[in-house]
Amino acid sequence: MSRIPLSALIGLAVTVAFFVAAIFANFIAPYGMAEIVGDSWEPASSKFLLGTDTIGRDLLSRMIYGGRTTIFIASAATVVSFVVGSLLGFTAAVLGGWMDQGMSRIVDLVMAIPTLILAMVILTVMPTTLIVLILVMGLLDATRVFRLARAVAVDIAVMDYVEAARLRGERLGWIIFREILPNALSPLVAELGLRFIFAVLFLSTLSFLGLGVQPPLADWGGIVKENKEGLVYGVSAALIPAFAIAVLAISVNLVADWILNRTTSLKGGRGA
Amino acid sequence: MLDMTQTNNASPILEIRDLRIGGTIYAPGEKPRDVTIVDGVSLTLARGKVLGLIGESGAGKSTIGMSSMAYGRGGVRITGGEVFVNGRDILRDSPARLRGLRGREVTYVAQSAAASFNPAKKLMEQVIETSLSHHVMSRDEAEARAVTLFRKLGLPKPETIGERFPHQVSGGQLQRVMTAMALCPKPDLVVFDEPTTALDVTTQIDVLAAIKEAIRDTGVAALYITHDLAVVAQIADDIMVLRHGKTVEYGETGQIIHAPREDYTRALVSVRSQEHPEKPSGGNPVLKVKGVTARYKNVPLDVLRDVSVSLEPGHTLAVVGESGSGKSTLARAITGLLPPSKGKITFAGRELSAALAGRSKDDLRELQMIYQMADVAMNPRQTVATIIGRPLEFYFGLKGAARDKRVQELLDQIEMGRGFADRYPAELSGGQKQRVCIARALAAKPKLIICDEVTSALDPLVAEGILKLLLDLQAQEKVAYLFITHDLATVKSIADSIAVMYRGQVVRYGPKSDVLSPPFDDYTDLLLSSVPEMRQGWLEKVIVHRKMESAGN
Repeated sequence: MSRIPLSALIGLAVTVAFFVAAIFANFIAPYGMAEIVGDSWEPASSKFLLGTDTIGRDLLSRMIYGGRTTIFIASAATVVSFVVGSLLGFTAAVLGGWMDQGMSRIVDLVMAIPTLILAMVILTVMPTTLIVLILVMGLLDATRVFRLARAVAVDIAVMDYVEAARLRGERLGWIIFREILPNALSPLVAELGLRFIFAVLFLSTLSFLGLGVQPPLADWGGIVKENKEGLVYGVSAALIPAFAIAVLAISVNLVADWILNRTTSLKGGRGA
Repeated sequence: MLDMTQTNNASPILEIRDLRIGGTIYAPGEKPRDVTIVDGVSLTLARGKVLGLIGESGAGKSTIGMSSMAYGRGGVRITGGEVFVNGRDILRDSPARLRGLRGREVTYVAQSAAASFNPAKKLMEQVIETSLSHHVMSRDEAEARAVTLFRKLGLPKPETIGERFPHQVSGGQLQRVMTAMALCPKPDLVVFDEPTTALDVTTQIDVLAAIKEAIRDTGVAALYITHDLAVVAQIADDIMVLRHGKTVEYGETGQIIHAPREDYTRALVSVRSQEHPEKPSGGNPVLKVKGVTARYKNVPLDVLRDVSVSLEPGHTLAVVGESGSGKSTLARAITGLLPPSKGKITFAGRELSAALAGRSKDDLRELQMIYQMADVAMNPRQTVATIIGRPLEFYFGLKGAARDKRVQELLDQIEMGRGFADRYPAELSGGQKQRVCIARALAAKPKLIICDEVTSALDPLVAEGILKLLLDLQAQEKVAYLFITHDLATVKSIADSIAVMYRGQVVRYGPKSDVLSPPFDDYTDLLLSSVPEMRQGWLEKVIVHRKMESAGN
């Protein structure tokens, strides 16, 4: 861990700042999340650093609380998608044959339907709670992770060292977690950063459409939705969450790049 | 081309003076550093002569070969010295002049023809491409010349083979097509970069003879790069022995192989002369393979047909044959990776279940395997301690300090000593990697180890070290080896009994002394006579006396 490149440092700092703000929202936010403290669409001032929103709530406070919701749901959905997707993908690759065919075709079937439409249909039928939202996003994203994990693992599963492990009599668990997973980690980590950002965008889309996080709870997509009319009058309130999403996306990927660089070393990161 | 050899013999076609080649290594997490790949090499090559460049991997052979085209592969830089081709210093030539040189005056034959041809174009197009782009001759002339060369190189149907695609001819044929491609534009110098290394021994001599004849008939000069001294002795007039980028010895072929001056050359010359006395037979066989027939899924052909062999404890059975003869498939059948459709396998008195899933932990433990490519046989993300320690943990339940102690004992046994336990495979040399694989197999205290071409990816001297180690370990541990190889020199130095395989069948089987003494069947004769011998003129003799052609033809 001797030297961290500048890009990764910036990414790390910004990402950490976002997460800290999300975790300690109660202490950082100057006002309450749903507290009406001023007029609608007040411009930025020393009292309201980012101004107020459509019904006079402090935008900065809503951004911080919204960030908490967005980051929590996106992280949870990413974890779900990676655990489910990579485990099933590895299993399909190692077992092969009918298991592989069956799982892969089911995944193809799900992927054939546009994710957003599928998610909208499910979410209109199901009650929109946090758990449902996380599971729907996670499982739909898991199809992508499954494809990647399976593709990577198929290449690894034919290596002689995996054959040697099979000949030793190792169980499926060892082969997946000790032989394949460490070698499949680099592409998966790169994908992790990307998937997290897609989860943020997906959640924002759903909220913008009114199917994601329900008011009075705030999230970035919801804030855009609430303030979009302001754009017509030259109020930039709707652009602020969009900007936050972009900054988070870039900084997370800077970190993912750096981790990718480190994990591709075959010498335990010792250099040389 | 005859006039060429007669005129102007005095001025050399290629002259290299004090050549230095360097490169920069960009290791991750480290400052880039410069390394010297070739250090002060000088040589001269006259018209119509062949110079052999020989050395182990990393000796700089190919890099020197490339420098005769003023080319540095993969970021390599020519840092000093002079390279004269036809009297011009090509290192000072402009890019335009170099384009005129490459593929016209100097041509190149790569090691892996299969990887060097464009799979989407017909062979003829690729063979005549340089002749046309350099305006050496018209398309008709070039095609006529290509056909003449195909015929000279002994290719079947020389008139029509150019109409085929690269995947439609065998590896040995493709290598000869590549030689034709190099000779087509009437070059002055051809660089052969290990053209026969990837081929079977039986195919190798065909290609070698074809190349030799073509060189003689066209009168070109050639640089012949290889790691096999016996091969280069057949074809070269002079030999340069290289090590770590420096010239070890440079002289006329006869002198190098009969009266080497340097120790390193002497080691290379004597590398194949290790003898191994046959052990007396007796005792119950540890492995009995009876009437095994096997085929792969979706292949309508038996890869193994009615194979029966047996192996006594502490003995070595060598399975020899060319690629595609079913040697490795036999190993897969014994290990259970490919359940045989007929026949049975008895191991240590127990009948083994055909499929891997039905075997007990002891069956698995007592039958270990060592692979050809050591670097893919070990998980690159595990340290040596984990790689060797896992069988100890898995089979014997050893943990913590007890495991570490046993790992170190095994490392001592494979003559590696301390300081390797927490290294990763990428931090080991090729020979060390193979040693770790041996230790991993040994850790299970097996009765039988299947060795699948374990030395064929290694340099000759390193391979010899591995063979010695295997023999020592056999004496200590009384383990039996099933030794799969295509190299008969290896067989002579390790086997007690031999099974010769040809197209999925065992054609000759018995104790080493019987199998290697006449009268031979046709295939064994071909195989035996194809092993290059360290003397000049061997090639011509073999070609005359062979009873049959190799299967690859």
